[in-house]
Amino acid sequence: MTSELDIFVGNTTLIDEDVYRLWLDGYSVSDAVALRVRSGILEQTGATAAVLQSDTMDHYRTFHMLERLLHAPPKLLHQLIFQIPPSRQALLIERYYAFDEAFVREVLGKKLSKGTKKDLDDISTKTSITLKSCRRQFDNFKRVFKVVEEMRGSLVDNIQQHFLLSDRLARDYAAIVFFANNRFETGKKKLQYLSFGDFAFCAELMIQNWTLGAVDSQVDDMDMDLDKEFLQDLKELKVLVADKDLLDLHKSLVCTALRGKLGVFSEMEANFKNLSRGLVNVAAKLTHNKDVRDLFVDLVEKFVEPCRSDHWPLSDVRLFLNQYSASVHSLDGFRHQALWDRYMGTLRGCLLRLYHD
Amino acid sequence: MPGKLKVKIVAGRHLPVMDRASDLTDAFVEVKFGNTTFKTDVYLKSLNPQWNSEWFKFEVDDEDLQDEPLQITVLDHDTYSANDAIGKVYIDIDPLLYSEAATVISGWFPIYDTIHGIRGEINVVVKVDLFNDLNRFRQSSCGVKFFCTTSIPKCYRAVIIHGFVEELVVNEDPEYQWIDRIRTPRASNEARQRLISLMSGELQRKIGLKVLEMRGNAVVGYLQCFDLEGESGLVVRAIGTACTLDKLSSPAAFLPACNSPSKEIKEIPFNEDPNPNTHSSGPSTPLKNQTYSFSPSKSYSRQSSSSDTDLSLTPKTGMGSGSAGKEGGPFKALLRQQTQSALEQREFPFFTLTAFPPGFLVHVGGVVSARSVKLLDRIHNPAFVGIMGNTRSYKLLDWNSFNSDEPETRDAWWAEIRQEIKSHAKALGCHAVVGYSESTSICEEVCILSASGTAAVLNPRFLQDGTVEGCLEQRLEENLPAGCGFCHIPYDELNMPFPAHLTYCYNCRKQKVPDVLFTTIDLPTDAAVIGKGCLIQARLCRLKKKAQAEANATAISNLLPFMEYEVHTQLMNKLKLKGMNALFGLRIQITVGENMLMGLASATGVYLAALPTPGGIQIAGKTPNDGSYEQHISHMQKKINDTITKNKELYEINPPEISEEIIGSPIPEPRQRSRLLRSQSESSDEVTELDLSHGKKDAFVLEIDDTDAMEDVHSLLTDVPPPSGFYSCNTEIMPGINNWTSEIQMFTSVRVIRLSSLNLTNQALNKNFNDLCENLLKSLYFKLRSMIPCCLCHVNFTVSLPEDELIQVTVTAVAITFDKNQALQTTKAQVEKSLQRASTDNEELLQFPLELCSDSLSSHPFPPAKEHLESASSNSGIPAAQRDRCSSWIELIKLKAQTIRRGSIKTTVTVEKASPMGEGNFRNRAAPPCANSTVGVVKMTPLSFIPGAKITKYLGIINMFFIRETTSLREEGGVSGFLHAFIAEVFAMVRAHVAALGGNAVVSYIMKQCVFMENPNKNQAQCLINVSGDAVVFVRESDLEVVSTQQPPANCQPLCTGGEVTT
Repeated sequence: MTSELDIFVGNTTLIDEDVYRLWLDGYSVSDAVALRVRSGILEQTGATAAVLQSDTMDHYRTFHMLERLLHAPPKLLHQLIFQIPPSRQALLIERYYAFDEAFVREVLGKKLSKGTKKDLDDISTKTSITLKSCRRQFDNFKRVFKVVEEMRGSLVDNIQQHFLLSDRLARDYAAIVFFANNRFETGKKKLQYLSFGDFAFCAELMIQNWTLGAVDSQVDDMDMDLDKEFLQDLKELKVLVADKDLLDLHKSLVCTALRGKLGVFSEMEANFKNLSRGLVNVAAKLTHNKDVRDLFVDLVEKFVEPCRSDHWPLSDVRLFLNQYSASVHSLDGFRHQALWDRYMGTLRGCLLRLYHD
Repeated sequence: MPGKLKVKIVAGRHLPVMDRASDLTDAFVEVKFGNTTFKTDVYLKSLNPQWNSEWFKFEVDDEDLQDEPLQITVLDHDTYSANDAIGKVYIDIDPLLYSEAATVISGWFPIYDTIHGIRGEINVVVKVDLFNDLNRFRQSSCGVKFFCTTSIPKCYRAVIIHGFVEELVVNEDPEYQWIDRIRTPRASNEARQRLISLMSGELQRKIGLKVLEMRGNAVVGYLQCFDLEGESGLVVRAIGTACTLDKLSSPAAFLPACNSPSKEIKEIPFNEDPNPNTHSSGPSTPLKNQTYSFSPSKSYSRQSSSSDTDLSLTPKTGMGSGSAGKEGGPFKALLRQQTQSALEQREFPFFTLTAFPPGFLVHVGGVVSARSVKLLDRIHNPAFVGIMGNTRSYKLLDWNSFNSDEPETRDAWWAEIRQEIKSHAKALGCHAVVGYSESTSICEEVCILSASGTAAVLNPRFLQDGTVEGCLEQRLEENLPAGCGFCHIPYDELNMPFPAHLTYCYNCRKQKVPDVLFTTIDLPTDAAVIGKGCLIQARLCRLKKKAQAEANATAISNLLPFMEYEVHTQLMNKLKLKGMNALFGLRIQITVGENMLMGLASATGVYLAALPTPGGIQIAGKTPNDGSYEQHISHMQKKINDTITKNKELYEINPPEISEEIIGSPIPEPRQRSRLLRSQSESSDEVTELDLSHGKKDAFVLEIDDTDAMEDVHSLLTDVPPPSGFYSCNTEIMPGINNWTSEIQMFTSVRVIRLSSLNLTNQALNKNFNDLCENLLKSLYFKLRSMIPCCLCHVNFTVSLPEDELIQVTVTAVAITFDKNQALQTTKAQVEKSLQRASTDNEELLQFPLELCSDSLSSHPFPPAKEHLESASSNSGIPAAQRDRCSSWIELIKLKAQTIRRGSIKTTVTVEKASPMGEGNFRNRAAPPCANSTVGVVKMTPLSFIPGAKITKYLGIINMFFIRETTSLREEGGVSGFLHAFIAEVFAMVRAHVAALGGNAVVSYIMKQCVFMENPNKNQAQCLINVSGDAVVFVRESDLEVVSTQQPPANCQPLCTGGEVTT
């Protein structure tokens, strides 16, 4: 006796959250059944393995049919085939677009191309996330990217509107899209200590302040591309380190203000010129795409690492950065105050976030 | 030109990409009705076209309006080649033809293609302007309402229940026409879909004409089926019960009764006043229908009764006299005569209803069934017919006398079966058959026709004859103890049609009752039940040699009696094992395949308080000398006894102990036996008589004399009870559970297994089949575990044998959650009540109601009766009974003195006893309010009601037929993927149609057919599905309460209606 056909169709589509998770995690039906058995569900319900097998198959089939709709979530809301309560629809979408931290760190900043897709096997082995799940997550990134690129308006809003994601998840996707578009390097060994959250935080600041959208909300891709003009202008900041008087004045202003307030004052005093050079040079280099990509590497090398090696506490870093950006306003010879604020405001936020072990 | 149909095509969405180059579609729409076609403009390059067309107007006969579906085809425009069809929508415009139903059809419909499934949606608006047509000889029957629901629909009351209507239409099956060889599968499928749509329209119209002829205005319990006979054609047949229904104008009158207990008591006095018109036409007032003269419709009088010489329709007046010795005897006889006169005029006194207005059902005799084996290409074949239930008879009949002209042949076949059913009912002392249904099973050219129902004696009040109504009728009514009355035997105990073990009723102790009762109807709402019920199934397979034509038919005919016998034995065994004594909703399905026959009987077992406690099951060995064998037997015996005890606990069956003296000793057996012969000779056509009633012995003895019997006992014990928190039944509601919460989940589950051809023995087959059903149930319990505590209601199993080694089982049911704590309370209360009832003796019973009467006279008029009736009607929705009963209360008070002598005590007992039951019933409706009614959701349920909600409007019948075919089975996920998607699509299309009618639920939903064929080698599969139900508007009771305090409830609008489904 073999089962040829075995289906269950409810007027309201049954969604088992546990099975959905297993499916999203890319387990095959037999693996999923084994995992469910291990969870002790048979003992709880008195069911047999055969029942579990049939149930899992059924759910997998449903999810497979739903997947097509999940690719365009508004379709899921308007389709007539599956009657699913709104709360369940939201859950389906949110879970489908959720991603693993380990996976996103691997592909963050990489071009979402076929080439990267080919590397998914390696990522799968490295992260021990199933290849299937990797593919889903990668395809999600790519799909969102494709839909929102060349679109007007706020990136987060666009993502939310077209994929019906929660605010938090939409922000994360905005960061992923932003990173993928600008190809920021995040995979270097130096950067391994940084979490996706750190990058997402930086991305949000950069989208708010450094993109075209920050000055003009009526252009395509406004939140995805950095403001080229702004990057060009950043060269002007070089004077802060190139002009020796200006650098000394800047240093003395900062030192005067922070004397007695900083635990690592002497280290700061000794390192001031190096740090300032580092920060200003990063700005000046951003005209080249290659250097834009290395932004985070540079920030870590030029600022985070030196401070960390001198054991600056975070509070001292905050005090220093605040004073460092504010003091520029007192430099009479410096004419690019607004530019400086646009640059340093964001950078200060990023650096503070990046400064941890 | 009595009708103008107007159609507007608004927009489309989610269309498929038809042009690969642009990834877009140039869509336009063809709107076709009859022979007229309109087209919209082409909307270029869009997957979401906005046509916003003008109104397309069709001027048509109302006959066409009834027959024809509106056909909407969406196409992709192609300049150079033929336009590609995207898909179609068929809209049945019937619901627009009666005044009270929908006024407009408007909404998004899935665009369906038989090869690709659903491909986007289209927004359509349809309206009909009907002109008054006074043509007497018209062929249309616009205005006759159709209901699938097998009880009087909730917002109507039955003025008259006229009776049985049937019709069938035959056509050639397009799939088997020569043209099918050259046309595409799509064209063939569409031709078939269209033809069936046309045929069902025609059928409905013809049935409607019959109803008009009978002066009715509605068909209730409408069941339409398709027989795909293959080469010999396509039969669409329908049966139903013609009624005259009155819309309840003010729902407020009976709404509060089902809301909350406290409310009920308070509001009853008020209910009298705002609704005076319900009282104005009491039974003493002549109804206007009295003027109707009954003219038997000519279509009924066929030459069908040719073979039955003894089945004369004259009443056997002698039948009633047998019980004359008892109190109320004369009334019984009178009642019988009255009912007879009302029913006699009908060729078939059948009713497809399974639940009835209070007081309609007087006695129930037992299940009657008839089967006949037919050859589809030739008519000369042996036929087989039998009675099911407490009695049994088999015979071979020769239908040579019939011509093979279609559809006369099919008509004649059914007429014969019905005639047989009628005679069986008569043998049981009954003049009517209720819960009647018909079915077929076809394999190649052999067809088994089956009909079954429950023989019953009915109260003539609801039937055609106006003259029956009067004071006489009221006395009759007083005579009926509700709660047990229907259990009392309708036949003469000295002249029983079959041997049975009679005792005095455990409830009223006045009348005789059988030891077990099998019926096809739902449990009457006022029936006194102890504990909970459960689903009981008998499953059976029999191998049969492959044979051709006549030899095949003969082989099947020969097997059938044995199958029926075994099914019956299994049912009886399982019933006893559950410690119960009655079966409701019994449905026995015999399916014929190439090399086997399958029997599947499903029913809901209950313990009726009126019937005696079932005896246990005794096992007897054949070789008593063998020691180890003896030991084995006693071991088995112990196991069985344990199971019975366990089941009694599980289903909370703890009947009150009643000493033997009160009940009286069983009727001596010899008398019974001697009379038996007479009953046999009465129906001379019964050639063989199988005695299936095991009731003669106190305990049920199973003889284990061979391995077969051993298997039986084993299988008896292998049925696993559902996990805790789960109950199941195949009736509308679960006896013993009456506090449903509003969560419902309707589902369809299909399983197909392939038998390994090596071990095809009867036992192996039985085991396989048994496992299949049990596993299926287990899977359902597992899947729905999140709904615990819940009950699977209306569990409907269908078995088919699509191929040699394939068994297909289809289950449709609804899971309803209930409140466990409340359930416990009510059952406790019930048990207490029944204990109380048992302990009080007659004198006390006599005094109590008298006190009640005087009390009620002084304060407010008839509250006890009202309360009872309110609650009773809350379930059946028939306030018609209210007023009748109320006036009967006045009568009762007036005639106190006389009636007591005449045995009216029973009536008063009824009231006393029925109120707690009624309370239970309305508590059932007063489910805790569910706040989260999701907008746009369309509920589907096989039940006639929605828990925690009130149906405010019936929008019309939904009757849809779909074909789906694929030539890329593997790519669509194999057979499971294919069928899963198709069933989901069918649900979606049903929901869309309901939503477009302005409804938010389908009740009495049924999947009548699911024919699945596969050819994995060719990567092909095809499936046909036929579904039906009633589209309704419902309002949550929680919402209703708010609404009714703010505005007149007549105006209350459903919150969930709207043109769109699922936002």
